[in-house]
Amino acid sequence: MSLVAAELERHGIATVAIQLLRVAAEKVRPPRALLVPYRHGFPLGRPDAPELQHTVIEAALRMFEKTNAAKPQLSKFVEDSD
Amino acid sequence: MAELGDFSLKHRLFLKSYPWRRIDPVPRTELTRPLAECRLALVSTAGFVRPDQEDFDPSVRGGDPSWRAIASDTPVSSLVDTHRSETFDHRAMCQDPNLAFPIDRAHELVARGRIGSVNQQHLSFMGSITAPGRLIRDSAPAAARVLRKDEVDIALLVPV
Repeated sequence: MSLVAAELERHGIATVAIQLLRVAAEKVRPPRALLVPYRHGFPLGRPDAPELQHTVIEAALRMFEKTNAAKPQLSKFVEDSD
Repeated sequence: MAELGDFSLKHRLFLKSYPWRRIDPVPRTELTRPLAECRLALVSTAGFVRPDQEDFDPSVRGGDPSWRAIASDTPVSSLVDTHRSETFDHRAMCQDPNLAFPIDRAHELVARGRIGSVNQQHLSFMGSITAPGRLIRDSAPAAARVLRKDEVDIALLVPV
């Protein structure tokens, strides 16, 4: 997936990738990656939980708005327990 | 977040020896307009197909590098899981494909004014590609050209 992200970036499309496996993000280095605390099969949190899914996506979208970010840009998503 | 220790011994050994392809240099496109004006496409590696599309081919050695275009008005509940991996529980994403292919969430982002529009099509890939040569050489550039032609500004990539 990160390799597809890199190709999109080379074509002028800004990308952000949800990342489930820390080692993959560290080794492959996608341009922007949001590390989420979920296991494989649950990339946006939980099924039928649209607001949680939106919260994860919003965290990813905010990465686009961060200027002068490092390359690669990695952020960690922490689910609010409230 | 998954760590290596979360996996079975078999998969830990697989991941430890996995030939990760390091992206270097890291390409980066900056936004040229606000998100509220951007067009979004989704790229998922959950291996979903529409019922009228061919399944990804599990017999392709190293993983099927092809992709499927998923029209933006496709009912998300109609997506069919063809992911070949047995290393994760498929039930949740079959129950709610938005979990790995958030088409409904994308449309809601437009309704909320957070993004400008949703592209007419999204891209579905197979994950767990262990031999990504054809993906890098052929499939990914072709996919990028399609989204570029659609004037997509931003892409959200979701693995499974």
